[in-house]
Formats: sequence, C-alpha cells, structure tokens
Amino acid sequence: MDWILENAFLIPLIPAVSFLVILLFGRSVIGAERVHKVGITAVGIVWVLSMIAAISWITRVEDSTSSKYDDAEHAQIAVTEGLSASSAGGLDGELHLAAEDDGYGGDGGGYATTEPVISEVDGWWSSSGVDFAVGTLVDGQTVLLLIVVTSISLLVHIYSSEYVKGDRRFVHYYAFLSLFTASMLFFVMAQNLVQMIVGWELVGVCSFALIGHWWEERPNTDAALKAFLTNRVGDIGLLVGVIILFGEFQTFDIDAINRMVGEMGSEVHFAMLMASIALMAAVCSKSGQFPLHTWLPDAMAGPTPVSALIHAATMVVAGVFMIGRLYPVFFEGFSIGTSSINLMAFIGGFTALIGAGLAFAQWDIKKVLAYSTVSQLGYMVMALGVGAWTAAMFHLFTHAFFKACLFLGAGSVSHAAHHTFDMREMGGLRKHMPHTYKTFVISTLALAGIFPFAGFWSKDEILLGAYEGQEGAGSFLFLGKYPLMLVFGCVVALLTAAYMTRVIWYTFWGEYRGHGHPHESPKVMTVPLWILAVMAVIAGAFNLPTPVLERVGLEGLAHLVQTYAEPTHYLNAIGLSHPPPSFWLAVVGLVLALAGIAITFMYFWRNAGPHGLTERNRYAKAGYTFLEQKYYLDHLYTDIVVGSIKAPIARAANWVNDNVIDKVVNTAGEGARDSGRWVYRWIDQGTIDNTVNALGSGADSGGQGLRVMQTGKVQNYGSLLFGTAAVVAIVFVIVL
Amino acid sequence: MLLNQFLLLGALLFAVGVYGVLARRNGVMVLMSIELMLNAVNLNLVAFGLQHDVVSGQVFALFIIAVAAAEVGVGLAIVLLLYRNRKSIAVDEFDLMKG
Repeated sequence: MDWILENAFLIPLIPAVSFLVILLFGRSVIGAERVHKVGITAVGIVWVLSMIAAISWITRVEDSTSSKYDDAEHAQIAVTEGLSASSAGGLDGELHLAAEDDGYGGDGGGYATTEPVISEVDGWWSSSGVDFAVGTLVDGQTVLLLIVVTSISLLVHIYSSEYVKGDRRFVHYYAFLSLFTASMLFFVMAQNLVQMIVGWELVGVCSFALIGHWWEERPNTDAALKAFLTNRVGDIGLLVGVIILFGEFQTFDIDAINRMVGEMGSEVHFAMLMASIALMAAVCSKSGQFPLHTWLPDAMAGPTPVSALIHAATMVVAGVFMIGRLYPVFFEGFSIGTSSINLMAFIGGFTALIGAGLAFAQWDIKKVLAYSTVSQLGYMVMALGVGAWTAAMFHLFTHAFFKACLFLGAGSVSHAAHHTFDMREMGGLRKHMPHTYKTFVISTLALAGIFPFAGFWSKDEILLGAYEGQEGAGSFLFLGKYPLMLVFGCVVALLTAAYMTRVIWYTFWGEYRGHGHPHESPKVMTVPLWILAVMAVIAGAFNLPTPVLERVGLEGLAHLVQTYAEPTHYLNAIGLSHPPPSFWLAVVGLVLALAGIAITFMYFWRNAGPHGLTERNRYAKAGYTFLEQKYYLDHLYTDIVVGSIKAPIARAANWVNDNVIDKVVNTAGEGARDSGRWVYRWIDQGTIDNTVNALGSGADSGGQGLRVMQTGKVQNYGSLLFGTAAVVAIVFVIVL
Repeated sequence: MLLNQFLLLGALLFAVGVYGVLARRNGVMVLMSIELMLNAVNLNLVAFGLQHDVVSGQVFALFIIAVAAAEVGVGLAIVLLLYRNRKSIAVDEFDLMKG
C-alpha cells in the first residue's frame, strides 16, 4: 500500500509530461481543439493516484497506531558493527542496541505516528562539500494538499474546456495549466528547501504566464508583471530565510530542520526569529498578505478558471503551506507558544481585516472575490500565528472548495452575461442561471461561515485557536490569549458575510442591467460547480469536533484532519496544544455572520439604513474613497516608494555616470591618446624609424662606397688579391 | 746555398707570373702567366723536397702539373667562348660584373 507514498514523484511527473506533450505536439499531432483531453486525462490519473496516496497514508497512520499498542516493546534493534567504535574503545564486533520509540504513545494522547515517508536520492549535485539531495517527502500535510490541488485542478481543467473554447492560445492555456499542476504538486512534496524554492518559483512563473494569457491588452501584461515583480520582493525573503536555516543547521532537509528546532528549542531562538521574519516576507508576497497583497486583485486579469485554480485555491496557499511545513521554525522564532501577539498573527489578522474592508468598494465581481481571498488567506496565516496549525490547514482545505466554486460561478456569470465582470451590468441573474445561482449561494454561505457549511467549522476552529492560544501565554479579560486576533477574526466574520451578501444582491437580484439575453452555462461548466458546491457543504465534516459527533455516535470520525494531517512527530516536540472545542464561541461566530447577512439584507432588500450616505456625508465619502483607492497602497508603492527611490537613484546614477564613469573613461581615453602621441613621436618616429633609416642609409652608402671596387675586371680583382697577399706576407715576415 | 738559388728563381718566376696576370690584356697571355706562377710554386716544392730529402714535394709538383693541365683546358675553353661571342679576348673589355 505504501508504494505510491514511496514513489510519489510520479504524481508531479505525469502533468509535467502532459505539459510537454501538449506544448510540443498539441497543435501538430493532437490538434488544437483536442488538447484539453490530454490535460484532463493526465490530471484525472493524478487525481486517482492522489486518492490512493490519501488512502495509503490513512492506512499507514492507522497501522502504526494499532501496532504500538499490540506490541508495547515495538523496539527497533539496530546492530552496528565495529565502525562506531569511538564510544567503545575500538572493540570489534560490539553490538549497539538502540531502542527507538515509534511516535509519542507515552503521553496517553494516543497520537498516531505521522513520520513522513521520505524517498530521496543523494547526490543530485554537490558544492563545496554540501550534498544536495533530491526526493519526495510525503506526510499528512502533503496528502491534504494533493487532494486539494488535484481535485480543483481536475475540475478547472474540465470547466476550462468550455470557458476557454475557441481561444487563440487554447493549446498554451492547457500546457500551462498542466505545468502549474505539476509545479504545485512538486512544491508540496519537496523534500528539501532547495526543491521547495524551485517549486515556489515554478508556480510563480505559471501564474505570470496565465495572468498575462491575453497579453494583447496592456492591463493584462501590467498585471502579470506586477504579480511577478511583487513576488520577487518576497522571494528575496525566501532565499534569505533558507540561507539562515542552512547556516544554522547545515542542511536543507526539511524533516531534519524541523526535528532539530524541536530538540534545540530556545538555543536557536534568535536565528529562528531572523529566518521567520525573512520567510514571512515570502509568505506576504505569495499568499497575498499585507503589505504585498496588491498584486492578487490585479491578477484577476487572467482567465477566470485560472483565478479559481491559482489565485484562490492552490498557488496562493503556497505561503500558508510553507509556514505549516516549517512550523517549528516559526513557532520558535515568533514565540507563538508564549506570546499574545506576534508578527505572523498580526499580519494575518490585519490582512484579513483590510481585505474584507476592500471587498466592499469593488464593482468587479472577481475583485471582490480576490479581496475575499486575501482576507481568508489572512485568516489562515493568523491561525498559524496563534498556534492553530490544524485550523489553518483545515481552513485551507475548505476554502479551496468554496472559493473555487465562487470563482467558477463568477466565470459562469460572465460567460452568460457578455463577458463582463462589472456587477453594475448584472442583476436579476437568478432567474436565468439557476444552477450558478444555487451553487454561488451555497458557497457564499460556506464562506460566510453559516452552520452547517464547511466554512463554519474551519472558521470556528481559527477563532477557537485565537481564543485559547497556547499554554504559555496569559489571557486578557474575556478575550482569551490572542485578544487582538480574536477581535480581528470576529470583525472579519461579520464583514465577510456582509460583502458576500452584497455580491449576491448585485449579481443575482434586482433587474438585469446588462445587454443581450443571459443564459445558463452548459453542463460541462455547471457540473464542476455542483461538485464544488457539494464539497462546500460537506468539507467541514473532515474535522468535526468530538462533542458534535458524540451526539450521533460517530466520535471515531472526529478530527480527521488533525489525526491524519498533523505532523505530530515534530509538532509535539515543540509542545503544540489543541484547544478543546467551545460551544459559545461557535455561537458568537455564527451570530456575527448572520448579523452581517441580516444587515446587508435589510440594506438592499428592504431598502433600510442610510442609503446615499457617501454623497451626503463628507467623512463617509472620504472613507469610501479611501477604500475605493485600496488604502492608496498602489499609489504608495508606485508613486512614493518606487518613485522616491527611483528618482534619486536615477539622479545619483546620472551624476555618477557624468562625473565619475565618464570622467574615468575620458581621462583614460585622453591619457591613452597622449601617451600614444608621445610614443609615436619619440619612440616610433624618433627612435625606431631613425634607427631603421640609419641602418638603411648606412648600408646604402657602404654599398655605394664598396661598389667602386666592384669593377667587373678580373685584373683589378687580381691586383687586390695579390696586393693583400703581399701586405699579409710582409706582416708575417716582420711580425713573426 | 743551392736552396736559396732555387727559391730566388721561384720568386722571380712568380713575380713575372703576377705581372703577366695583372698587366697583360690578352686572355691567353694571362693563362700562361698563371702557368708561370704555378711552376714557380712547383720549383719551390721540389727544392724543399730535395732539401729535406722527402718525395712528397715532387709528388705535389706532379699533382699540380696535372691540375694545371686541366685548368688550362678549362681556361682555354673559356677564352675560346669569349672570342666566339665577343670577337675579342682582351680581358679588360669584359666588365659585365661591374657593381
């Protein structure tokens, strides 16, 4: 059964192959109108494999739990011979008995073993003595993400075959959907931090390519660039964080790092704090957290199914996933166990709040949903910040389904109503599009957190996590251990219900304000909507609290996510605690959500409340403009931050260019020219030429002189010969 | 002293030969003057051989007579060709190698 867990590399490999097949053979061999079948088949196979992986994982956890009680002495005897003799004075053949307790059965909690299945190949490459392994790490968290990614991806693949039909880049669209699926799956099963970075960047590239899918229009390319560049800001944080972790532990192995943090605890607190802050920057960019969330709403320029898959359900949760993956690092770094406020919780809570606020001032239905995604991602980060690991992952799981359903619903509406996303051109669509309307309402209720829909259960767990916090912190009045986070969470619960009700009013109620005749989308689009809507209803059942299930006698099914997904082997080492469920907190959350719906209902349906306040009241108008301008963050970034950095840097660069570089170049040029001249005049002309000329003319005049002797007359030569001989003879006679 | 007389005769002959080579215009006369110089040397070789009672002087003289015969053959052939080409054997008229 463990075969798929050990060979998990097949799961990202299949869509990667599909990407290549579609890209290389899509237009020529397969035919542009049939490529979606390749993509759907590949993702379908991967979905089946993921389900098998999920079952294998659950079986594995079950087996380890039962076997622990069956043979209490479940000890592993490791026989190591001779070589580890440093401890035993070099005796040959000495036996070491190592008993390894499997899991944490001793604390009576009955925790299952959640040791990850790691398959790695050493020696991917090595550099200065550090070996980089490549491999897969499969544990509960990976399996949870496998289910989410492959399910949403499969439904989006199917939905897109109608939505993007006839597009001029249909082949590229499906190629990149496949590549994205492969990258995301690769990311969630990364065994070490280097692989994680690779996956992280790959999904970023796919996001860039798909946001700019219709790049003929300038805003789309701008949005793609903005998404990519904003993410680059965070990626620096990721790199710095990974470098700090490597510097501290000398390894990139995620499992090893988590274990070492658990063992060392406060010894590595400062390094973990630095690493956490750096990694938080990466989370802020990828998961759309304040202050780097501004790219996410603009990313709605891409095709709607892409928004559903990448910018709602999967890629944007990469940051949340990364925190969960390296949770001991953040837990130690931000002292989550012993504080009542920390950077992660604050960023998450604040993002949740401002995202919800911004959703009110948008007319574009996708942008409302985008800000809602920002807000809900903030919720997840906040949950992780207050120590509620399971709640965050559970919310990630449920949110993926209902938010994907909402996005695909928005796509369906736009498909029907003349490709507009402006809610002012919609209205009254509930009569024309009953399926879209019903699924949209179901998902809205799930998002708002209404009992018994999925969002209720996960949102409640987050509020509970904020209230109960961790054991080490003190609590503040009746607001629990993370009071500010609880307040943020409650306000956001109210706002979420309110802005989603507003969307439903503008889109589906009232009179139709657009052009033409809206019509329901075909089955290939509504069936995925219904599947997601059903999941939006029942996804909450995967982590029901025990007291609820005791009433129906099914307490064995409680806390499935907590039991199977949580990597307890290191979460227990850092002392993470699970708060007991609280009935009244659930009631408070539900009442707030209902209040949000009720207020909006009265405002729109019953026409109660202060209509037209923004025209009459100066302060209300200022507030509305403030929201409409997205807190002026875009202005802050482009005009003030970038502008103030850009202009002085440009001026300074210009000055340096004019006064330093040019001067150096000019001086060097002039120096070269002058020395060239000097060399020409004095060395070349003066010395070398003169020497050569002198040699030449010397030889010439010598030749002219000697030429006189060369009379050509034999007797002259003879006279010379005999004259010389006579002189030599005389010299000989006299001297010798 | 018998040797001195031979040497004086040789030197006289050589001097006459040198004069002939340098002063005569007729190519044949020049060749004959060369023969005189060679025979002056032969006389010296034979005289020294007699003085030291060795035969190598006479052997050398024989060699030189043989070589001189060959040399005269070549020299006369050159003179003959000169005459054919230029209708003259006056050596001071030939200065083709003048620099």
